[in-house]
Amino acid sequence: MQDTADREEMLTVEIWRGREDGALQTYRVPRRESQTVLDVVTWVQRNEEPALAYRFACRVGMCGSCAMQVNGKPRWTCRTHVSRVAENGLLRIEPLANLPRIKDLATDMAPFFEKWQGARGRHEPTRTRHEPMAPVSSESPARKAANAGIECINCAVCYAACDVVGWDENYLGPAALNRAWTLANDERDADKAGLLQAVSQSGGCHSCHSHGSCVEHCPVGLNPTAGIAGLKRMTLAALMKGEL
Amino acid sequence: MMRASRNHPGWWAALGHRLSGLALALFLPVHFLVLGLALDSDAALDSVIAWTDQPLVKVAEWGLVMLLTLHLGFGLRVLALEFLPWRDPLKTLISLGAGASVLAGLLFWIVAL
Ligand code: HEM
Ligand code: SF4
Ligand code: SF4
Ligand code: FES
Repeated sequence: MQDTADREEMLTVEIWRGREDGALQTYRVPRRESQTVLDVVTWVQRNEEPALAYRFACRVGMCGSCAMQVNGKPRWTCRTHVSRVAENGLLRIEPLANLPRIKDLATDMAPFFEKWQGARGRHEPTRTRHEPMAPVSSESPARKAANAGIECINCAVCYAACDVVGWDENYLGPAALNRAWTLANDERDADKAGLLQAVSQSGGCHSCHSHGSCVEHCPVGLNPTAGIAGLKRMTLAALMKGEL
Repeated sequence: MMRASRNHPGWWAALGHRLSGLALALFLPVHFLVLGLALDSDAALDSVIAWTDQPLVKVAEWGLVMLLTLHLGFGLRVLALEFLPWRDPLKTLISLGAGASVLAGLLFWIVAL
């Protein structure tokens, strides 16, 4: 792709303005080489719409704050190249699905993070900082299962892609359950019973239908469906042993 | 409008599973009713067998069996997904396997007719 001075290539970009009752507004944005969707949004904010609200921080796929719906699919916009997603030079950029809207492209992430707490997605330590560190073999099956899920950047892309999140407001969602799965496999975690209790309540892991939309869209390639299936097996086993 | 984020094999499999499940729930009672009638008396059985010779009924029964194979294939896919330890390549294999089992069911019943 090349930029020529006389005839600049342009993108047609529709961006959601307002809250729930807003509307799409159309902008013309110059096409650039290696341009990301976040670059497009920033261009609009700097040149056309100073009041445009959107979030980003790291611009390199670390912080998880820049997710939006791009042509109908949830994506991390800082790592999504326009060349991969534009359809005939058209981009439609909307706030992340399944979350309350605040303004323009910014959503209220509070329900998403509250559900991490609902899934008991925090570490309960077995030791204090004054004791020696627990030796954990990187080769143990449990550690390998945990390692497969720990790179989550909290972007809520999976949460926006999941149909069950849209149907059931109590459903904890793929990210929170994936986090719970990593803790369930962490031998340093002190409260496994409490964790299994939290994830098997109504709206917990058994609400997942294994559609796999979360796996399909997770930008860092995690597999929440596999973790949730693991929780289903683990809670079932605990139930049969009378531990739940 | 169809949400773009739904367009992947897992979602289509789930949709097929749900629709076939619902259709089964509607059609199975009719199917059993017919079988029950057949058990009632010889005359009823004969008339039912004569009735099932009609092409339309044949097609309906074939549809029922197809629904069951379809639902079974997709059901086995879900069970494999949730109960076998798996990572990514397995997912594709399982989708393919479920698809193949459905196709096999289809072929079998076309031949059986
Ligand atoms: C023959 C009568 C049957 C009927 C009427 C029926 C009906 C249904 C319905 C309505 C659902 C809900 C689908 C959903 O939640 O998306 C379902 C789910 C399911 N069925 Fe069946 N089914 C039948 C037989 C079978 C068989 C033979 C199997 C396989 C061994 C099976 C395995 C499953 C599984 C695993 C699910 C869960 C799917 C999910 O979580 O979405 N079913 N069934
Ligand atoms: S596999 Fe479960 S968590 Fe993932 S998108 Fe489907 S229903 Fe949601
Ligand atoms: S599991 Fe993947 S898609 Fe979901 S929040 Fe974590 S990084 Fe984002
Ligand atoms: S801006 Fe940090 S992940 Fe995109």
